[in-house]
Amino acid sequence: MPALKVENLAKTFPLKKPLFGPAPPGVRAVRPMSFKVETGETLGVVGESGCGKSTLARMLVGLLEPSEGRIEIEGRALDNADPAEFGKLIQYVFQDPQSSLNPRKTIRQVMEAPLKRLHGLGRTKRDSRISEIFASVNLREEFLDRYPHEFSGGQAQRIGIARALAASPRIIILDEPVSALDVSVQAQVLNLLAGLKAQFGLTYLFITHDLAVVEAVSDRIVVLYFGAVVEIGRAESIFANPRHPYTKLLADSAPVVGRPLTAPEQRGSELPDPLNPPPGCAFAGRCPRATDLCRAQVPELKDMGEDQLAACHHPLQD
Amino acid sequence: MRAFLKLLFRNGLAAMGAVVLAAILILVLITPLLPLQNPDSTATADRFQKPFSEGHPLGTDHLGRDLLSRLLHGTRLSLAVGIAAALIAATIGSAIGIIAGYFGGRTDNIIMRGVDMLMAFPYILLALAIVAALGPGLMNALIAVAAVNVPFFARNIRGITVGLAGREFIDAARLAGMGHTRIILTELLPNVLPVIIIAMSTTVGWMILETAGLSFLGLGSQPPQADLGSMLGEARSALISHPHTSVVPGIMIFLIVMSINLLGDGVRDALDPRLRSGALSRASATTLVDRKSDIPAATDDLLAIQELETQFHVGKRNYRAVGGVSLAVKPGECLGVIGESGSGKSVTALSVMGLVASPPGVITGGAVRFQGEDLIGTPYETLRQKRGDRVAYIFQDPLSTMHPLYRVGQQLAEAIRSHHRISKVDARARAIQLLKDVRIPNAESRVDNFPHEMSGGMRQRVGIAMALANEPEVIIADEPTTALDVTVQAQILSLLDDLRRDRGLAIIFITHDFGVVAQLCDRVAVMYAGRIVEEGPTQAVLGAPAHPYTKRLIACVPELGGGRRELAAIPGLPPVVDDLPPGCAFATRCDKAQEACQAGDVALKGAAPRAVRCLYPEEAV
Amino acid sequence: MGGYILKRLISAIPVLLGITIIVFLIMSLIPGDPATAILGSYATPDNVEKLNRDLGLDKPMVQRYFIWLSNMLTGDFGRSYSLNRPVIDEVMERFNATLILAGTAFALCSLLGILAGVVSAARQYGIADKAITFVVLIGISVPSFFLGMMMILAFAVNLRWLPVSGMFAIYGGGDVPDLLHHLIMPALALAAVATGVIARLSRSAMLEVLRQDYIRTARAKGVPERRVIMGHALRAAMVSIIPVLGIQAGFVLSGAVYIEIVFQWPGVGRMLVDAILKRDLLLVQGGVVFVAACYVLFNIAVDVTQSLLDPRIKT
Repeated sequence: MPALKVENLAKTFPLKKPLFGPAPPGVRAVRPMSFKVETGETLGVVGESGCGKSTLARMLVGLLEPSEGRIEIEGRALDNADPAEFGKLIQYVFQDPQSSLNPRKTIRQVMEAPLKRLHGLGRTKRDSRISEIFASVNLREEFLDRYPHEFSGGQAQRIGIARALAASPRIIILDEPVSALDVSVQAQVLNLLAGLKAQFGLTYLFITHDLAVVEAVSDRIVVLYFGAVVEIGRAESIFANPRHPYTKLLADSAPVVGRPLTAPEQRGSELPDPLNPPPGCAFAGRCPRATDLCRAQVPELKDMGEDQLAACHHPLQD
Repeated sequence: MRAFLKLLFRNGLAAMGAVVLAAILILVLITPLLPLQNPDSTATADRFQKPFSEGHPLGTDHLGRDLLSRLLHGTRLSLAVGIAAALIAATIGSAIGIIAGYFGGRTDNIIMRGVDMLMAFPYILLALAIVAALGPGLMNALIAVAAVNVPFFARNIRGITVGLAGREFIDAARLAGMGHTRIILTELLPNVLPVIIIAMSTTVGWMILETAGLSFLGLGSQPPQADLGSMLGEARSALISHPHTSVVPGIMIFLIVMSINLLGDGVRDALDPRLRSGALSRASATTLVDRKSDIPAATDDLLAIQELETQFHVGKRNYRAVGGVSLAVKPGECLGVIGESGSGKSVTALSVMGLVASPPGVITGGAVRFQGEDLIGTPYETLRQKRGDRVAYIFQDPLSTMHPLYRVGQQLAEAIRSHHRISKVDARARAIQLLKDVRIPNAESRVDNFPHEMSGGMRQRVGIAMALANEPEVIIADEPTTALDVTVQAQILSLLDDLRRDRGLAIIFITHDFGVVAQLCDRVAVMYAGRIVEEGPTQAVLGAPAHPYTKRLIACVPELGGGRRELAAIPGLPPVVDDLPPGCAFATRCDKAQEACQAGDVALKGAAPRAVRCLYPEEAV
Repeated sequence: MGGYILKRLISAIPVLLGITIIVFLIMSLIPGDPATAILGSYATPDNVEKLNRDLGLDKPMVQRYFIWLSNMLTGDFGRSYSLNRPVIDEVMERFNATLILAGTAFALCSLLGILAGVVSAARQYGIADKAITFVVLIGISVPSFFLGMMMILAFAVNLRWLPVSGMFAIYGGGDVPDLLHHLIMPALALAAVATGVIARLSRSAMLEVLRQDYIRTARAKGVPERRVIMGHALRAAMVSIIPVLGIQAGFVLSGAVYIEIVFQWPGVGRMLVDAILKRDLLLVQGGVVFVAACYVLFNIAVDVTQSLLDPRIKT
């Protein structure tokens, strides 16, 4: 049984109805997508701005109501009605660690909330639980009575992780957890996350825009473009052996020491307009392999062998 | 709280306001205990006594009532009514604002429509209508003034709440299992409270004025009871013959309102965190210069930064953001400056043309020489003529660094016309050509776009075009691709590389990304805690880093193609630059550190172009 | 552009309706028999019966509102019992005088306020800034009616430069110079507070803008500092100043009530206060609705100006 299963999950943000005329169709931030995360697995989700990765994350933790589709955690359909039940299963680590801590609450108050609200622990039990968690994220207990602004980004992110752990969830959604951090601190946090996963038997969904980071931490990787999954594959092979031209473009664009500077695209081409999406493949406008078929028909996600799936009419071969 | 009071009273005017207000408050509180005459007892024989007459220190009014006694009782009444109105308005208005802002959607829509309608009235019309319906009287005036101010609070607090409700800590509270009421009371309210206090302290004076105003019109307190407004209103008919009866209550209102305003400003300044750091100070046109040390001699480099020291003076603290940095570029060369946040790399870049915001920035030492001429401390006009003409900048976030209200063509043309006398038509043609140079499709129509109509990548191309406008010798690029997506970054980097090869540009490229440096730069300097710790040709530095910091930082960065792995990490945090330890700033995080590292200054040593600031380098240079 | 103006005008309709509903609701707060309350000392049995018929006071509240509304839409605001003439005629006549006074004051406070704010910000912590800040502080702390009275004492009574009150001289006046002569003091007294508020706001808006990254960009381009301040910074600051001008126009209009009383200016504010004291409620009702409606239209003009300045507003 997978830890997390998503079926045809989609989100459309309605647009304001104009004074005259019919309501516009709305912006499809996430197009219907399906995937599974096995227990103990880290699924990486990678994509550029506007690909819908944050919308996906917020739907998974119940902060945003999906427009359609369903989410299952350990075989049970997710029920938004009871936030307490829900918070015990799945938790969220935010991108901006400072912004995710209430500036007027001490760290102890922040840590106590999930223990009290979700698990109903008494005072002494809470204190011992907080000590345990703080030890496992390498934070000193003297930090508990301080306020968020006294911490650096790396420390604040550890506190954010500690808060998520306090709920004792099965799954943690990590939404760009290290992109606000400097590289030397980023490595500390990534290693900590890897250790915690082994220690507590967690399942991760790791969202980022950084290819190298996602490759270093994930078992499998989902590549998103314009609100849809374009490719899913194993971390060690997806960038080395991409099937979808967009995945290849991403891999070729990442600056790598020792590789000469080449622009995979000369033209200044970017995302299509979300208010006026193209009828076929969203990437067709930038794709060197695009044909009339691509411009007319949205490609389905197809099995490409070796645990790899790609949504492309003309996938790349090795 | 103590810090707040300290901040408040450091502001002399606020302290003065507090003292005056406290004096008035004490006076009116003890008024019933003072040996004063009955404020309402008339003595027509003694009418219009001048101030300082016997038994009547402030004189008497048209009915011979003692003005001092009436003044103190009137002040009591005015203050009580004004403060009560403020409290009522603040409570109701804030509650409405918080509910509308937190729940959003339809609730917000309906509430704010109502608020908008109330605000569509010039406020006095609403107050007059309420008084007209309820009838004149002090209580009704209080209700009217409070009601009129509810929408102001509601709108103000709603705005703040909407901002807070979108913050991630509210989401986090929801995930921690908190309900709406609990979130509003324990998460939102503590953050909104300072704003409510600011809004109250800045409006209470005004509400006292308003109630006094209604009484002045005869619609508030009714005789014989008098507040300050009705005293003034009654005195008006005798204004010309006996001005003192008007002046006395008028000056009291003025004193109350002024002291409240002074105190309110002080409260606002003390509670507003932006003002605490002095960030609201206006930056001067160039960075302040206060050089105590000798100015280094000229070299023959195109652009040379020599022993540059830039500090931020915030309160009593001195942040040594740049602590003696020397760098130089030759024509056609690309120099990378790499470091983590707080390493001083951007401040170094901005110091070159005096663009570090002052206050708090001060250049305290060294020189920046362009073709041998020292730019630091040069007169403003000389510096201005070089800015954008000989040395141009590209900044990080192209949305916030372009003026939102000018078309990109205007901004490009302005860059040219600030330095060259050409006609508007020619400038526009040149702007279009520049957009073509940076490979913007449909340049002829794009030239009339506003920045917000372009995507991030397009905007950064315009940013580059703006830097190229006057064909400068040097371009300083401060993290120009950090805000961009990786595919767009690749486009921009290759554009920059082509341009510098075609035009022989010298580029100083500030970044935190080793991959970018490796692909673009000929030489690289690594900064840590405001100083250069290592420099040399890019291949040499990245291939065989000599400083332990460089070596370990490179190891931290995961590289694409490496597969799943444990990453090397550097323990600890970079030091804060207002209290640097002696010797090597990295010593506390370095596993090779010895006692000597922290004993004294470590020099940057090596055989040019390689140099390293380390006593026990990883590689000999 | 025309489309945007049309859109704003259409969106003003619910606001105008809201205004009439609010006024109607407030007026229904009147305790006791409305006809007697409205007529007050003019209540003869004849008048009461006529009013009951005119207003349909025997009918339910909702129906009464619509009768009142439809009457207003045909220009019938009822009859003032204290003045014995149609409300609309009196209001229009008085509003003219108010418009001259408030319009002049508004122009004065906008110009002076923005100018003072810009100078203050450009010379932050300099002598000019401190002087302006001090004057502004006094300006926003002194009640306008007291300021007006003191001005009368100083300039009319002691120095005899200007007339004490009124809009025109009683004998031989009536021309424009005479009007201006009478206008100077009340307009200045009325503008004082708003000038202070606008100056403070302009100063902080300028300071806010001057810290923005695009100002640094302009300096990095080598744009002369004068142009940075008067062009880049002021233009961006106007985006936050203009809405405040709209709000301050409401304050000027409100302050006009006091100033009209102090200077015996025959405007709509004085009319309203007199009407309240005489309990001539139809006149109050009509005056409030009429002036509020004009203010709504003025604010649409403000919004349109704002959209001309800021291309980010969708037109």
